[in-house]
Amino acid sequence: MDKDQLFEKLAAAVVDGAEEEAIALAKTSVADHIDPLEAIEKGLSRGMEIIGRRFECGDAYLPELLMAAAGFNAAMTVLKPEIEAQKKQIVKLGKVLIGTVKGDVHSIGKDIVTSVLDTGGFEVVDIGVDNPSLKIIQEAERSQADVIALSSMMTTTMPAQREVIERLKEMGLREKYFVIIGGGPVNQEWADRIGADGYGKSAIDAVALVKSLMAGKK
Amino acid sequence: MIIVGELINASRKAITDSIKNRDVEAIQTVARQEHEAGAHYIDVNAGIFLDEEEDYIRWLVQTVQAVVEGPCSIDTPNPRAIEAGLSVHKGTPMINSISLESERYNNMIPFLAGTDCRIVALCMSDEGMPKTAEDRLRVAEKLVNRLVQDRIPLENIFVDPLIQPVSVDKTFGIEFLKAIALIKEKIAGVHTMCGASNISYGLPGRAFVNQTFMSMAIGMGLDGAIVNPLDKRMMGNIIAAEALAGRDNFCMNYIKAHRAGKFEF
Repeated sequence: MDKDQLFEKLAAAVVDGAEEEAIALAKTSVADHIDPLEAIEKGLSRGMEIIGRRFECGDAYLPELLMAAAGFNAAMTVLKPEIEAQKKQIVKLGKVLIGTVKGDVHSIGKDIVTSVLDTGGFEVVDIGVDNPSLKIIQEAERSQADVIALSSMMTTTMPAQREVIERLKEMGLREKYFVIIGGGPVNQEWADRIGADGYGKSAIDAVALVKSLMAGKK
Repeated sequence: MIIVGELINASRKAITDSIKNRDVEAIQTVARQEHEAGAHYIDVNAGIFLDEEEDYIRWLVQTVQAVVEGPCSIDTPNPRAIEAGLSVHKGTPMINSISLESERYNNMIPFLAGTDCRIVALCMSDEGMPKTAEDRLRVAEKLVNRLVQDRIPLENIFVDPLIQPVSVDKTFGIEFLKAIALIKEKIAGVHTMCGASNISYGLPGRAFVNQTFMSMAIGMGLDGAIVNPLDKRMMGNIIAAEALAGRDNFCMNYIKAHRAGKFEF
C-alpha cells in the first residue's frame, strides 16, 4: 500500500468511526516510517472534514459525527506517542477555552463542541460547567487562550454570557480574546446584542467559526 | 395520564411572533386546539424574552384562560414570572419546573411553599446532570423531601427524571426508563413527567423516536407527559400504551378513542 492509499484508508476509517481499523492503519503508517503529522493531516483530519461536510448538509447525523471523532482519537493513541518520540509537535490552529456559564450545569453540547474542535486541530481547554464569569476570564488568562467559547442551555443563564463580555471590557481585556457563544436557546441575534464575536449553531459551525476568526487574528 | 400541551412556547417561531404582537386570537386558537385535543394543562413559556418575560407570562395566562376552562402550566424558573403568572391564574396551575440546583430552588420556593400548585421537579442538582437511573433517584429523593418539607403535598409533585439525547450516548434512553420505574417504586405516590422531544435530538425521523420512547416510558410507569396534543400519532400511542400498561379498565378508554376516530391518521 503506498502512502496516499494509506491516507485514504485512514480517512475512510475515521468517516466510518471504525476504531480498530483506524488503530491498525495508524500502526501500519508508523511501521512504514510515514511522518505521523502527515498521517494526521492527510488521513485523520481529512476524514473529519468529510464527515463534517456531510453533517452540515444533513447527510450525516450526530452519532456519526461522534463515531468519527472516536475513530480519530483511537488512531491518535498510536500517532501521538510516535510524534513525541520523534520530538515533533502538532501545530495547533489556536487555543480555545470552553465552558458552560454560571448557573448552568449542562455539559453535553459543550462536550460535543470540545471534541469536534479538538479533532479539528485546535487546542481546547475545557473548564466544565457552572463557571462564574471571573473564573472563566482567569482561566483564559492563565491558559493564554485565543478564543473564549461560552455555552448556555437555558434562557435564564444566557445573561451570564453577556456578563463575561462585560467583565472582559471592564478589565480591559475584551480586545485580547474572541468570544463565541452557543447553546440551545442562543442565536445570532443574541450574539449581536451582547457583542459576541460569533455564534455557532452546531459543533461543525463552531470549527468553521473559530477557523475564520483565527484567520483574522486579533 | 396527565397531558401538558407544549405548543405555546416562545422558542417556536410562530409563537414568538404572536407573543411579540400580543396577538390574542393566535394564542387563543392554539390554546383551544390543545385543550380540545386532550391537554389537561396548557403550558405557557416566554423564556426567550428574558427581561419582558414576566409581563408576557401574565398576558399569556390571562389570554389562555379567557377561552380555556382549565389550568396553565407556567413554564419558567424565573420567580418574578412565576409571581406574575400566579397573580392572575384561575384555579391550580402547574409550575414547570423546579430543580435541586440551590439558586433555582431557593429563588422559586418562596412563591410555591404551602400552595396547592402542581410542581414539576427536574432531576438536576448543583452536581450536574445525572447519568444513571440511580443518580436520578438520588436527586429525586432529595428534591421530593425538600419540597415536602416546604409543604408541597407529595401527590402534587411530578418528578421529571431528565431526558438526554440517545444520539450522544446509547445508555441515555434506558437509564431514563429505568429511573421512571425506580422513582415510582421508591417514592410511592409521586407522579412522573417528561417531555418527549429531547430524546431524539441529533437523530433523523425524530417524531417516530419520540412516539416509541413515550410508549416505553408509559410501560415503565410514566403518568405525565409534556407533548404536542395535536400530534395524533403521539396521542394515539399514549392511549394504546396506557391500555397495554394495565391502566385502562376493560380497555374502555382505548375503545372510546377508537370510536372517536383518534386512531385514524
